[in-house]
Amino acid sequence: MVKEMLPLAMLALPLAGSAAALLFRVNARNAEAFLAAACALVACVIAASFYPEMARGAVVRTVFPWVSTLDLTFSLRLDGFAWMFSLLVTGIGFLVVVYARYYMSPRDPVPRFFAFLLAFMASMLGVVLSGNLIQLVFFWELTSLFSFLLIGYWHHNPAARDGARMALIVTSAGGLALLAGVLLIGRIVGSYDLDVVLASGDLIRSHELYLPAMVLVVLGALTKSAQFPFHFWLPHAMAAPTPVSAYLHSAAMVKLGVFLLVRLWPVLAGTDAWMWTVGLAGLCTFVLGAFAAIFQHDLKGLLAYSTISHLGLIVVLLGLNSPLAAVAAIFHIMNHATFKASLFMATGVIDHETGTRDIRRLSGLLRFMPITATAAMVAAAAMAGVPLLNGFLSKEMFFAEALEVSGPIPVLDRVLPFVATAAGMFSVAYSLRFIHGVFFGPDPVGLPRVPHEPPRWMRFPIELLVLACVVVGILPAVTIGPLLDIAVHAVFGADKPAYRLAAWHGFNVPLLMSVLALVGGALLYWALRGYLAVAERTPLLPPIDGRRVFEGTLDAARRGARRLESWLGTRRLQPQLRWLIVLTAAAASWPVVRHGLVPGDAASMPLDPILALLWLIGGVCAVGAAVQAKFHRLVAVLLTGGAGLMTCVTFVWFSAPDLALTQLLVEIVTTVLLLLGLRWLPKRIAFASTWTGALAALPRRAFDLALAITAGTGLAVLAYAAMTRPLPDSVSRFFVTRAYSEGGGTNVVNVILVDFRGFDTLGEITVLAVAGVAVYALLRRFRPAAESNAVPPQQRMQRKSDLPEDMAVPAFIMRLMFPVIALLAMYLLVRGHNLPGGGFVAGLTLAVAFILQYMAGGTRWLEARMQIRPVRWIAIGLLLAGATGAGAWLFAHPFLTSHVVHLALPLLGEIHLPSAFLFDIGVFALVVGATGLVLIALAHQSIRGDRRPREL
Amino acid sequence: MNEAILALAIGVLAGSGIWLLLRPRTFQVVIGLSLLSYAVNLFIFAMGRLRMNAAPIVPAGAAADPAAFADPLPQALVLTAIVISFAMTALLLVVLLAARGLSGTDHVDGRERK
Repeated sequence: MVKEMLPLAMLALPLAGSAAALLFRVNARNAEAFLAAACALVACVIAASFYPEMARGAVVRTVFPWVSTLDLTFSLRLDGFAWMFSLLVTGIGFLVVVYARYYMSPRDPVPRFFAFLLAFMASMLGVVLSGNLIQLVFFWELTSLFSFLLIGYWHHNPAARDGARMALIVTSAGGLALLAGVLLIGRIVGSYDLDVVLASGDLIRSHELYLPAMVLVVLGALTKSAQFPFHFWLPHAMAAPTPVSAYLHSAAMVKLGVFLLVRLWPVLAGTDAWMWTVGLAGLCTFVLGAFAAIFQHDLKGLLAYSTISHLGLIVVLLGLNSPLAAVAAIFHIMNHATFKASLFMATGVIDHETGTRDIRRLSGLLRFMPITATAAMVAAAAMAGVPLLNGFLSKEMFFAEALEVSGPIPVLDRVLPFVATAAGMFSVAYSLRFIHGVFFGPDPVGLPRVPHEPPRWMRFPIELLVLACVVVGILPAVTIGPLLDIAVHAVFGADKPAYRLAAWHGFNVPLLMSVLALVGGALLYWALRGYLAVAERTPLLPPIDGRRVFEGTLDAARRGARRLESWLGTRRLQPQLRWLIVLTAAAASWPVVRHGLVPGDAASMPLDPILALLWLIGGVCAVGAAVQAKFHRLVAVLLTGGAGLMTCVTFVWFSAPDLALTQLLVEIVTTVLLLLGLRWLPKRIAFASTWTGALAALPRRAFDLALAITAGTGLAVLAYAAMTRPLPDSVSRFFVTRAYSEGGGTNVVNVILVDFRGFDTLGEITVLAVAGVAVYALLRRFRPAAESNAVPPQQRMQRKSDLPEDMAVPAFIMRLMFPVIALLAMYLLVRGHNLPGGGFVAGLTLAVAFILQYMAGGTRWLEARMQIRPVRWIAIGLLLAGATGAGAWLFAHPFLTSHVVHLALPLLGEIHLPSAFLFDIGVFALVVGATGLVLIALAHQSIRGDRRPREL
Repeated sequence: MNEAILALAIGVLAGSGIWLLLRPRTFQVVIGLSLLSYAVNLFIFAMGRLRMNAAPIVPAGAAADPAAFADPLPQALVLTAIVISFAMTALLLVVLLAARGLSGTDHVDGRERK
């Protein structure tokens, strides 16, 4: 059990560390580095502790169900291959952190750096450990995001910003393709679970959706691993701090693409289409990257192109459709991570100690920093594939595979060994340029700083990695052998190919190719030396700048979007609403046009003349409101109230007492609200109504009228058609039959609101609270229109008459009413669970009682005697409702589970007290608060002279 | 025939509401939304079919017969909708008051049509 939780700990540790890293002071380099190193090291130790399980070939799974109906789980799956990657990610992560401690300057804000770095590590582990493909894509996109933040760490540098943006757009676009591919795979297999997917290779390969799924997944992998033609982002990402390059761009992020290709190799590879896409992209990248690397003057640029090329090599190996080649690919993933990370770090040291990374300005550094130089030279030799170093072994395996390949096109098979040797020559040439150009030759002149050895611990990670290169290169079988075996076993299972790791395979063709590459590369470098000193750009290749193409595309997209917006978009409300209604009406009529619509044949009620009469009035009210709303607002408000009253009566008529109560009370508060608002609306603005203006508006008005009539008729027909059909069975049956036995109440509507669908209600009262607070906030800084500032004539008259007793009698009655209404509210609240009433209705009632007091005495008079604090009501209501819901957790029930307590009280007899009643009290308090807040805030505007902020 | 009356009522309310929604003055839009929300609430309510004297108040004790009561589900939906539509009316009203203070016009676009 503990063991199963360890992968989660491995993932959570850097994540927690990332959050903690943000808490330190800006220049706390030591504390930050210590924290980050501890996180990485402990995660690495956890990973290493799985060695016994991994050696057995076991798979450790940790599964947390999430949305099981959608086959979404949070599942971690640690097998040998994931284990190897976890070691790589955490191990090199640890070394990078140690290195970064010395690399980062005291002026850099390090908390941000280490927080991003740790978060990135967690995302990497998330991808590697994912047992669910959707989850994998999620973490995949997180790595893109954190890589963006890390590349752009020095955000004052425009190159860093551009590089970061480019990396983000390219890799996250690939991530989207990957998501689409994964969804297709899920559709083919019927599950996103990695175990299920890995077991369905034949099904996937023979499915008609195989090709799109494979291409989409490969697109994701190629963009992430900077493969041709998406390679251009990686050199621009070199604007990142060097530890980031060492980590993300050699060992971690760019390896994700090949990680994915290996992970899905058993199910996607083996077809000609795979070989064409993956193999060809890899081969182009391998050769072009190596060739371009020769001509880079920036050390990091050289390493970037070399990384592109080496990733290309790995991709070619995976594209060859041969298990043995895939083994070589996995081996090269490890080797490349070791020598390339150390080379990046060495470059960082050189940059740090000399102030430049330009090969043309550097020379003879061997005399100034002999240890670093030696380490870097060994790593560069490994990169070139010199015997007795790890790079040699995997390259040798590649050469052997290149000779064996048998693809769909025989010509390519025959050409491949030559292409491979040529690319090998290029990589020897650029490695030689790195070594010879930087460390040999005369003393450098005109450097910003005098070079010297870096601090002891800055060198340590480089030395350790270089040591690994040498040891693996000499004794592969005993050092890396077991690790590789575990990873290979995890990928291929029982039928893994037989391979042999050894430094010496005897005299054979691959060895000959290696010798050719070494000699040819040395000669090439010698021949190009003079040219390299003056070369401005990579020769022979067409001058297509990936960056320019990328930015051109981006610009075109932006321009196109803008044109589309200016063509289709509008900032005016009326056309937007008009289109909305037209589209809705069209969408609603579409099924009617297709299938026709006839009235149903359910038994119809007899005509009720009174109802008809009531709705005659209601209809006149509605149309009247529509006509009068422009110039006679008060009339419109009253007529709207009339229509609302008819709605209310309808609810009573057709067995909905709760709705009728709510509607009636809302009608009251809405009318008060609108009347309060009318005070601040302009009087009728006298504008010259011209014949031409009216004529111009005529078509628009005619269209709107037709649209309104059409939509209204449509809704009426639809309603009639539905009402004349029998009611299909729905969840209502459940609610009615279980209301008493499970909800403990007889008023089904209320039981639904506070119990069965309590979570919905919680959301709705939250909306209510937000709306109330928003109204309050808007009114705090309210600046009325200039012409509404004056005191209205009615108020002036009232003041002049100096007769405060105007309202004396009604005010007296209203005050007397307060306790009565409040008692009614309590009554409605308490009986709500069993009879019409409940929190909403009771809350509105109490709010009405409060408003009545404002009307009776005026704002100042009332607030001198009684403080209603609506914001507190809202807070208490929301907290109470939430706490009632959370209370169910204490009894190990899901959120908002209701429980009924049976109490036997003296006098009252037996009482059923469901916990949902507490929830209803929360609803009640919140409704009182929100309604009160809105009305009181608006009422306060009439005493605006007082600018003192008033607590509500 | 009561169904026809209610259907007509929904149609008239919705038509008036939509007409007002498309008008240029903000207050017209507020009233329009009110009318439209009556129509929509009645429409949702009507989807539970019309029943008289069958309020969904079940007897305590034995499991109730769903056929004997009006459908409680649309009622529960509409109840919160009524309260929320009040909140939205309030918010809209205040936004338009504030917009009027800022822009000096009560046109929905914040400026008069040229």
